[in-house]
Amino acid sequence: MSHTTADAAHHPALQHHFDTLEQQQNASTFGMWTFLVTEVLFFGGFFMAYILYRWMYNASFHEASHELNVWLGLFNTAVLIGSSLTMALAVRASKTGERSQLVMFLISTLVLGGVFLGVKVVEYAEKFSHHLVPGPHFQFHDAALKNGAEIYFSLYFGMTGLHAVHMILGGFVLVPLIVMAARGKFGPAWYTPIELFGLYWHFVDIVWIFLFPLLYLM
Amino acid sequence: MSHIAPKSQLYTVFAALMVLTVVTVLISRVDLGSFNLPVAMAVAVTKALLVILIFMEVKYSPRLVQVTAASGFLFLGIMILYTMTDYLSRNVLGVAGR
Amino acid sequence: MPAVHYLNATHGPASWFFTRDHKRIALLYLYSVSAFFLVGGIFAMMIRLELATPRGDLMSAETYNKAFTAHGVVMVFFFLIPSIPAILGNFLVPLMIGAKDLAFPRINLLSWYLYMAGALFGVAALVSGGVDTGWTFYTPYSTAASNTHVVLTAMGAFIAGFSSIFTGLNFIVTIHTMRAPGMTWDRLPLFIWSHYATSLIMMLGTPVIAVTLLMIVLERTLRLGFFNPTLGGDPVLFQHLFWFYSHPAVYIMVLPGMGVISELIAAFSRKPVFGYKMVAMASLGIALISFLVWGHHMFTTSQSVLAAVTFSFLSFLVAIPSAIKVFNWTATLYRGSVLLASPMLYALGFIGLFTIGGITGLFLAAIGLDIHVHDTYFVIAHFHYVMVGGTLLAYLGGMHYWWPKITGRLYSEPWAKTSAVIVFVGFNLTFFPQFVLGYMGMPRRYHAYPVEEVSWQVLNLLSSAGASILALGLVLPAIYLTYSAFWGRPAGPNPWGAYGLEWDTTSPPPTANFEVTPIVTKPAYYYAPEEH
Repeated sequence: MSHTTADAAHHPALQHHFDTLEQQQNASTFGMWTFLVTEVLFFGGFFMAYILYRWMYNASFHEASHELNVWLGLFNTAVLIGSSLTMALAVRASKTGERSQLVMFLISTLVLGGVFLGVKVVEYAEKFSHHLVPGPHFQFHDAALKNGAEIYFSLYFGMTGLHAVHMILGGFVLVPLIVMAARGKFGPAWYTPIELFGLYWHFVDIVWIFLFPLLYLM
Repeated sequence: MSHIAPKSQLYTVFAALMVLTVVTVLISRVDLGSFNLPVAMAVAVTKALLVILIFMEVKYSPRLVQVTAASGFLFLGIMILYTMTDYLSRNVLGVAGR
Repeated sequence: MPAVHYLNATHGPASWFFTRDHKRIALLYLYSVSAFFLVGGIFAMMIRLELATPRGDLMSAETYNKAFTAHGVVMVFFFLIPSIPAILGNFLVPLMIGAKDLAFPRINLLSWYLYMAGALFGVAALVSGGVDTGWTFYTPYSTAASNTHVVLTAMGAFIAGFSSIFTGLNFIVTIHTMRAPGMTWDRLPLFIWSHYATSLIMMLGTPVIAVTLLMIVLERTLRLGFFNPTLGGDPVLFQHLFWFYSHPAVYIMVLPGMGVISELIAAFSRKPVFGYKMVAMASLGIALISFLVWGHHMFTTSQSVLAAVTFSFLSFLVAIPSAIKVFNWTATLYRGSVLLASPMLYALGFIGLFTIGGITGLFLAAIGLDIHVHDTYFVIAHFHYVMVGGTLLAYLGGMHYWWPKITGRLYSEPWAKTSAVIVFVGFNLTFFPQFVLGYMGMPRRYHAYPVEEVSWQVLNLLSSAGASILALGLVLPAIYLTYSAFWGRPAGPNPWGAYGLEWDTTSPPPTANFEVTPIVTKPAYYYAPEEH
């Protein structure tokens, strides 16, 4: 285990209550992981509701999922996985100190995230115009399956909405990171914010990896 | 200095994720009855594991991080399993109303 | 007292409201949590005043519903959950492990602001007319029928939940990564073990209630149908999700208290805690098993027999690690040099009252008995024994014990001992009759009871009388502790002669906690062998 050099020990990012930058980085990464555990349980509540109601209303869910556009979903899944690739490449570039690559990959991640959200806006608009938004104006072609379908769409909006909120918040954090990266703040000695953001972004991708088949393909 | 992923590894994982995504869409169009859901979930879990182990570098992380990552899913599993046990075992023992 | 310490190192409101010092943040919590304890207590007095007579003559049924809901919401979310971890935990965790601060000081400050934001929503709900659903927010009443401020209250609890999550996150990372040299896991004070276990529960459980409250808000505002039977939803699903957090939550409330008790028993017996390793493991065991028992709140629902029996069995199991702790504390007392200082009075009270509360919890874990006493005062008595007789007493004991460290001054021991006795007497008079009332069938959450049941009125009157005594016992520390903070005698670094890193620094400590980072060579509670 190498010790930090005298330069790194006085790195401007080192906070006074930590002894070394390495200790600080380990603590930060571990902290982000514990936060992601809470996010697993947070989305988990929705997944619990989904699992129960799929079991209760299997036919309704199957029928309702046909209202979703599989190809848009597939496209979005590809876009999001692509953004995970660019994010992983960005983390890598921050560790090797390749500044321009880092900035390019971060911007790509932001752009791909934006594309994803744009498609979601299109999808949501379609739901609104087809009266598939739960509430007093909800309509479903099969009256016997209406209750289950309405619950399906409650879960659809709730889960994809929560997911989208996480992406939007991520986007807001990504912008200052891009600015800092462009100014050369990150390098082999300290790249923690990029690494932490990467973990968050990958987690958001994983949520979608489960949402896509459950909502679009079943 | 922590692990630095080779670019080739990242691109390979990306390709695998894309392939698996296409696979899951194609399989869903085949009627496997009640097996459609478990198969889709198996593919999703595989994809998630690729992201977790390689993109999030859990494979190269300290044991503490690995345990932490696993614990989240373990407790989610407890919640789901235990709750579904209630619903799935209703009326099983022949007690009125339960 | 040292010339410069954390209280006077910097001045002005900005140095407090933008502080990163865990000790100052602990004090910020102390002021706000105490204020909410008072608010919750006022609602309790309203309840006890109403129930002193059988007829619902003090307030209408609707107002009464709002009173007990406010009492529950405030006490659970804004007092019990934060109290020991956010005040004593924040202050002591870095000191006890020899660190300069928690791992994430800014997130620590954020935790307090989130608490205050959540509290703001809660207060907004209260002043707008309150909520009448009970703190448990059962659906579909809360989502489809109640016309009170469910959304505001749910959002308040939601935001406060994130305060809890970030505190737990901070503790876990700090304990793993910032222990002083030589502070191995088996040398950690049991207070730290308890807070570590508590933090695990905070991380794993709180997000579930957060998303459940979110679903309630969505259902109520957008008419979604997660829990409403007329829209195809299942109210029992709500209960599963709610109790998945809220059962472990009660261990968030009591585990830190148990950590305090371990410290007090050791210090005032001048002996290491008997079976240190078992007590540490018991904390983890309680945290784990607490996630497996939530269905014991749902025995009267349509929950399946198989699930009910499983939950019941595991609920019996969770008593074992708690019992291990009680036995080990008792064994610590045996042949110790017991000093009945005021913190010790609270600790001894805890052991007795928590035992009663815990045993009655076992009664409730038995399905047959639970069906009979569910939703009666028996349940209320049970949880007040563990929450007030347990957590509150531990909180008071801890506040007294560490008060000299926090303020640098000593309080009046005669006043403290008197208050402790008043609290003990008042508490038992308030809540013991409620066991009897519940067993006799008096239901909870009703503002009136039958005039014909004379024995019910006698018991209720005793309970209300006890409540006023308890209230007195709780007001007194507010006075003499505050007085001592300004005019008490200087305490010196270790007024109790106790063992622990927090006593190795000045009272009050400097902002960076230690002049020199301590190096730990001895096990926890290394009271010299010749002392016992």
